[in-house]
Amino acid sequence: MNRFDVLIPIADDELILGWRNSEWTGIAPFLEEDVAFSSIAQNEIGHARALYQLVAEELGTTADDLAFDRKPEEYRCSAFVELRFVPDWAKTIARHYLYEQADERRIRALMESDDTEVAGLAAKIDREEAYHRMHAQMWFDRLQDEPRFVEAVDELRPLVDERGEHTPEFTELWDEMTSVRRSIAGATW
Amino acid sequence: MVWEVFRQERKGQAFAHAGSVEAPDAEFADWYAREEFGRRGESVALWIVPREAVHEIHEFVDELERNYHRVDGYPLKEKLKEARERALSAKSAAHFPREELEAPTQ
Repeated sequence: MNRFDVLIPIADDELILGWRNSEWTGIAPFLEEDVAFSSIAQNEIGHARALYQLVAEELGTTADDLAFDRKPEEYRCSAFVELRFVPDWAKTIARHYLYEQADERRIRALMESDDTEVAGLAAKIDREEAYHRMHAQMWFDRLQDEPRFVEAVDELRPLVDERGEHTPEFTELWDEMTSVRRSIAGATW
Repeated sequence: MVWEVFRQERKGQAFAHAGSVEAPDAEFADWYAREEFGRRGESVALWIVPREAVHEIHEFVDELERNYHRVDGYPLKEKLKEARERALSAKSAAHFPREELEAPTQ
């Protein structure tokens, strides 16, 4: 298996979605959910880090290089995770729910990989994702009769696996995400 | 809705009150409690109880002042102090045998 081609789209999705979800830190609808959603965001970025690490070992580079030193057009994330939804909680939860469903299928497939390191990491990630899925399902059950939520799910569902042009919102995100890293090129932190 | 959370630090230990979470239903309460009181390995189990289920009482009537029912009915502190002093003097007596103590200093 070519780790780069298989893992980078997943790692990029996790990094960018983690980044987007972390935009709710401090402003989520209520305090307990703020803690919960921030924690999920941090987990996603942790999964991205671990996946980048496996690719980096193969390429002789580092996880940080892969996460922050590529040009915007080199990222392989889907437009679906790039969209900025703050302060729209209905859309945020709709994406969270749809993403967790799609991600489950992808991670389960990785667990069957011949690359034992990849399969091992996928199993670890899946154990954590199980709680994310529970969280997403809880919110789905609660909001499923809300017209705003239903509309958001219908609107976002077709976008889940769309990979092509990046959105303008992604360029803005990239600019901010890599700004510290780019401020002193080659610095070690 | 507020839920009181009790956590058990090690298997077999008594559950102790850990804090509370605000959640719309039991499922959310479980998730938030796990997040706030369990994810760092600080608990082996949690009890999550709706606050309304907790009864609280403050009055403990003792009209006849039967203070022998209470722990403060016994002057335990004084007795302990006396016992400690007795033990201490017995110990120092053992360190200094009588002959030595009675021997004239020259």
